Amino acid sequence: MSVENKHGIQDPLWVQWTLITITIGFVAIFLALPVAIIFAEALKDGLKTYAIALKDPAAWSAIHLTLLVTAISVPVNTVFGLAASWAIAKFEFKGKSLLLTLIDIPFAVSPVISGFIYVLLFGLQGWFGQTLSDWGFKVIFAVPGIVLVTIFVTFPFVARELIPLMQEQGNDEEQAAISLGAKGWQTFFYVTLPNIRWGLLYGVILCNARAMGEFGAVSVVSGSIRGKTATLPLHVEVLYNGFNVPAAFAMASLLALVGLLTLALKTYLEWKVKQQRRELALVNE
Amino acid sequence: MGIEVQHIYKSFNNYNALQDVSLKVNDGELIALLGPSGSGKTTLLRIIAGLEVPDLCEESKILFHGKDVAKQRVAERQVGFVFQHYALFKHMSVFENIAFGLKVRPRATRPSKAEIQHRVNELLRLIQLDGFGNRLPSQLSGGQRQRVALARALAIAPKVLLLDEPFGALDAKVRQGLRAWLRRLHEELHMTTILVTHDQEEALEVADKIVVMNQAKIEQVGAPEEVFHRPANEFVMDFLGHVNVFHGRVENGRARLTDIGSKLTWNREAFGNAVYVRPHELEIDRVAGDDGIRGTVRRINLAGTCAKVVVASSSGNEVVAEISFERFHELGLQRGETVFVSAKRARVFTPDYEI
Amino acid sequence: MELTLHVSLGEGSCAKQPMSRKRSYSVLPGFGLTMGYTLTYLSLIVLIPLAALIVRAASMSLEQFWAAAFNPRVMASYRITFGTSLVAALVNSVFGFIVAWSLVRYRFVGRKLLDALIDLPFAIPTAVSGIALTAIYDRNGILGHTLFQWGIKSALSPLGICIALTFISLPFVVRTLQPALEEMDGESEEAAMCLGASRWETFRRVIFPALFPSLLTGFALAFARSLGEYGSVVFISGNLPMKTEITSLLIITKFEQHDHLGATAIAIVMLVASFAILMSINGLQWYLAKKFRG
Repeated sequence: MSVENKHGIQDPLWVQWTLITITIGFVAIFLALPVAIIFAEALKDGLKTYAIALKDPAAWSAIHLTLLVTAISVPVNTVFGLAASWAIAKFEFKGKSLLLTLIDIPFAVSPVISGFIYVLLFGLQGWFGQTLSDWGFKVIFAVPGIVLVTIFVTFPFVARELIPLMQEQGNDEEQAAISLGAKGWQTFFYVTLPNIRWGLLYGVILCNARAMGEFGAVSVVSGSIRGKTATLPLHVEVLYNGFNVPAAFAMASLLALVGLLTLALKTYLEWKVKQQRRELALVNE
Repeated sequence: MGIEVQHIYKSFNNYNALQDVSLKVNDGELIALLGPSGSGKTTLLRIIAGLEVPDLCEESKILFHGKDVAKQRVAERQVGFVFQHYALFKHMSVFENIAFGLKVRPRATRPSKAEIQHRVNELLRLIQLDGFGNRLPSQLSGGQRQRVALARALAIAPKVLLLDEPFGALDAKVRQGLRAWLRRLHEELHMTTILVTHDQEEALEVADKIVVMNQAKIEQVGAPEEVFHRPANEFVMDFLGHVNVFHGRVENGRARLTDIGSKLTWNREAFGNAVYVRPHELEIDRVAGDDGIRGTVRRINLAGTCAKVVVASSSGNEVVAEISFERFHELGLQRGETVFVSAKRARVFTPDYEI
Repeated sequence: MELTLHVSLGEGSCAKQPMSRKRSYSVLPGFGLTMGYTLTYLSLIVLIPLAALIVRAASMSLEQFWAAAFNPRVMASYRITFGTSLVAALVNSVFGFIVAWSLVRYRFVGRKLLDALIDLPFAIPTAVSGIALTAIYDRNGILGHTLFQWGIKSALSPLGICIALTFISLPFVVRTLQPALEEMDGESEEAAMCLGASRWETFRRVIFPALFPSLLTGFALAFARSLGEYGSVVFISGNLPMKTEITSLLIITKFEQHDHLGATAIAIVMLVASFAILMSINGLQWYLAKKFRG
């Protein structure tokens, strides 16, 4: 066990051991155990539980819906993140910090309230609800509502990741490209995008994890109609409350697996971004 | 191609970066914009490039070869701009960096692959980096990166070359080499070149002509020897080398020094009653002459090509005199001794008046 | 002379005043397009829906609002939500500090894995965490069973809510403290030691004050997140009105009973609370940046 010198005075060994033991114990009980339990419960009767759980057409419909919602909300928020970070990081204008605050709002609004404000807008008592209903278009208790609230709760992920990264990288390379005769889109695709690729992927992965797993907001607008408007997390809830606990854990383990994969990718990307920063510092030396 | 700018103003928020600046650069000239940081030199360069727009003003003009380019965007002006921190594309190889300007051209004017290859190799030879084409910028030294940045700017066959503090981020030894190389390159290419620098030595050594800037204005324009030996005002004199300040007056064409003055911060309005003398223009004697000032030797520095002697007067203000080693040994000076300081040559600055 | 030079001695002035622009000039294109898109999208997805909530709330009379937002059942839910969130944020401030400290300052086998695991609550969907925590802490669960034998009821009690909120908000404290710990230079504590301070004195007077703003920020972020948490709590809490009913659940209950006004009033209270917390974090950071960076 050693401590890097730049981190000051080394603590006595007994302090180190005590704190490390507390750390490992706390993380093991509070973070690792719940995840372990999911897989333990799901695999209690072996893979049989999965076979039974996946025979249910509602399970497949939930998987489909979750993938559909993710496939819409992630790209949409990625495009927004790219546009917002270009406008905010590459230009100076008044009101920038206000705009940054507004983009962060969805993080400050709790999931249930996020869902609820969409009900107020599109529900039958809502602003647009009656009109849309007259046209035969249903938003609340239907797929469009689920997509909308998922977009809302995952709104800031990509932008939040890209804005600081692009601000840090500055405008020099883009100005050089423009002075060499590159068009705007050429500058973006050949110069900016390669420089932000890891940060972009990082944001997309976080956005994706949240989009797949969102529960509170979606449960408000979906109505949990089995086989129709239940996403995977809602399907888990339905199974669990219906006392089909093994199946609930089997489906939950699928989501947990996605979570673990996200974590692994995220760790790898953090390492990548750190490496890129180091290179950047080297080039600017 | 000749460049002319007329009556350029530029302000950022409430800060004036350029205040009615006009300048003409002849075809094939290498000129240096020299000044302290914040003097507006980089802003002027960026305005010429089209990376910045001047404040809207009817008299303002930016002429390239007599043609007004104020409305043109940076790409249309065909300038080669070299950035202070290189701004190389980090994820592209040296070859791709240099080829970039050719590859992004519309299909109609884009050279063929073979032509691009040929052109880039030619440029790699010019910057003495043949065989480095596949390296990434992170694998190059600072001096090599700066040369790649220059080659990248030259690849688009620009009409003018604009260099923003090109050697600012490099260490002294490398700067020296690159300076000489840039001068040779300019003699080879004869391209109109504007170089921004805060290093007076660099400007004096490389440029055909020096533009001294201070506080958003041009103080003096002239050949290196002209600005050095005949500075237009106190600022230019102080900026291009060390200068001593004396209290005194001019009588019958001679400077009568009364005391050593303290150095003030330069201020355009303060055309003073001060007398300015360069260190090598000072004389030190053991006996009082006609117009010498009495002082005490404070420090002696013999590391260099001459002896530097710091003398303080009774008022506590100091001057630096540079005398030859022969003279120094002849006098046999010691710290704490009393000496007399006089000027072989001195300047006073009143508008358009100098002795 | 080859060079014409114009040096004006007086203050030159431009015939036309420079235009005041909303933004400074840049050679990079696309500002109008990207900014327009950003503002449009932001308005459609975030601002207009939020406005709907505020307009709906404004349509209530003050008495109506008061009755809906502060009746006994709602007040009980506030007490439970704020109380358990506070406990969770405090627990995490203590343990999160220890975790961050160990991860940054010590080197031990498995440190990198532990570091990656900290983000589990972000990566695992809340509903999944909810049923997992319930499985652990209910009467038959591996920990719940032991606790029950000691006479402690963990699931279906405020304790269960605290456990779920501790799980969900731990990363906020650790991830806020880590960069601050990494940025600390060893020199100032070495200086303190050289000046004769004991190890504990150094920690108390030099290290802890330097970390305190980050700890406070982490605490506030954890608290704000806990206030709105839903998925991980509803399974373990039992949802007994007046006892273990959190405010988020109450909003859903009102909404399911078609009491939109009631739900709106409660939502406004919760929104104001979380905005106030986040604004005070921003204010704190602004104040500290100003104080220490001049």
